Amino acid sequence: MIVRVEYFYWLLGILLALVALMSFGDRSNPRRWSTGLFWALYALVYLVGERLPPSMAGLAMIAMALLAGFGGVRSGRPDVLPEDARRASAARLGHRLFVPALVIPAVTMAGATLLKDVRIGELYVLDQKYLTLVSLGCAAMIAVGVACWLTRSTPLQAGREARRLVDAMSWAIVLPHMLAVLGLLFSETGVSKAVAQVTTSYIGLDSKLVAVAVYCVGMALFTIVMGNGFAAFPVMAGGVGVPVLVAKFGGNPSVMAAIGMFSAYCGTLMTPMAANFNIIPAALLDLQDRNAVIKAQVGTALPLLGANIILLYFLL
Amino acid sequence: MQAAVNMWPLLGVAVIVLGFLLRLHPVLVVVAACFTTGFAAYMPVEALLASLGTAFVKTRNLPMIYLLPLAAIGLLERFGLREHAQAAVARVRSATAGRLLIVYLAVRELSAALGLTSLGGHPNMVRPVVAPMAEGAAEARLAAGGAALGDEQRQRIRAMAAATDNVGLFFGEDIFVAFGAIVLMQTVLRAEGIEVDPLHMALWGIPTAISAFIIHAWRLRRLDRYLARGEA
Repeated sequence: MIVRVEYFYWLLGILLALVALMSFGDRSNPRRWSTGLFWALYALVYLVGERLPPSMAGLAMIAMALLAGFGGVRSGRPDVLPEDARRASAARLGHRLFVPALVIPAVTMAGATLLKDVRIGELYVLDQKYLTLVSLGCAAMIAVGVACWLTRSTPLQAGREARRLVDAMSWAIVLPHMLAVLGLLFSETGVSKAVAQVTTSYIGLDSKLVAVAVYCVGMALFTIVMGNGFAAFPVMAGGVGVPVLVAKFGGNPSVMAAIGMFSAYCGTLMTPMAANFNIIPAALLDLQDRNAVIKAQVGTALPLLGANIILLYFLL
Repeated sequence: MQAAVNMWPLLGVAVIVLGFLLRLHPVLVVVAACFTTGFAAYMPVEALLASLGTAFVKTRNLPMIYLLPLAAIGLLERFGLREHAQAAVARVRSATAGRLLIVYLAVRELSAALGLTSLGGHPNMVRPVVAPMAEGAAEARLAAGGAALGDEQRQRIRAMAAATDNVGLFFGEDIFVAFGAIVLMQTVLRAEGIEVDPLHMALWGIPTAISAFIIHAWRLRRLDRYLARGEA
């Protein structure tokens, strides 16, 4: 492979190391040493993660969690241009400002579709296992280049701006990552098996409507707990979907699977465990309430779950 | 009929639920749940740390999706991207926050259904473009009636902008045949001895995808009515 995913781990590691250094030197941050240490540890995971002994990486994660959990990660005073300067530059650059922003999805898409399976000699151009991620990485770098050219700035200024956003999102950045670790630990220790046993052994599934409702609501609940529909699907499909809906009530397995997965997604909309969809945006959009996005989604998720139960009952 | 399952690791789930309900610091809750689960499964400390570390390194790819675009987006914001998005939409007379988000929902859901899932996302579309446009539209509407956008309303618009991106993505991508979820469903069912055509699963997702659009679009209309009432 010519462009490997490791290059972007290193790039992100360098960026995080830069964030750590800038944090150490930022006197406007009341906790600059612990903040810098937090980002330095995270940089380490990206720069040399695979060469760290696993228990050391585990300790680094615990140390980061403690630093964040006890208020050690703060932000400094962000250095932004005053609002009238921003408006003036917006008026000067106009719609051209959208160009680099649109470069990101456009190049990502082009890379993920057009450069799939493309080889130069024996080597794939892009890392095939992480195709979207590598395309996104290339897209982000091209976008920085275009944005620098457009605004007559330097890549270092882009680094400072990245730090401003990282600082604003603070520890929320590592929450999805740590939840993913917990998810892996859950599957390693058989939590899903235990949950499946609890749901399937205590509820009578003799009526079709009850069985359909248990299946859909179970998908959603399980996803709320695990934060990921992909963890819920095998359990509920194996526990209720196949033996009850398909075998007992003679349902169409394609319908059972499709609507089951969508019921799981209703759960994803309602859980802080799916932090990259629900908590990160709250941080990105400067929302005061960490759960504001979830609250905005419950009103869609619950009626949709009801619609799924009805659809599954009639289409099965 | 079922082999004895160790129920103790469920304590980890209990810790998560309790921690989030009590609104404790999420990162601490997650670590506490890790330790509870590990100990309940009789893992020694050393093995637990190694297991956590391996998983932490293995899942490094996850945060990159929202970290990689930050440099470009941050730079554009410095030079007025958000202000420009607001000003551009304020010139469109018929624009409202709700209508704008309905259009975004349709575009996001349709493009995700075609497999173009990267055409959107919170760091590169919602924060710099969609949310400021929705706010700009609402501001322009209220300003025409001599009112101003309150802080609570602003927060509500932003949360709905993020929610719209999620709803569009989730319920669009699953009707794309080559999406991971379809592959997963096929694998799981094959293990149970059932062969299904991926195309059928994708097609049977369409009724839910349409329901999702109708329900969320209706809620976005209500957002407009809520905003039209102005500051209480």
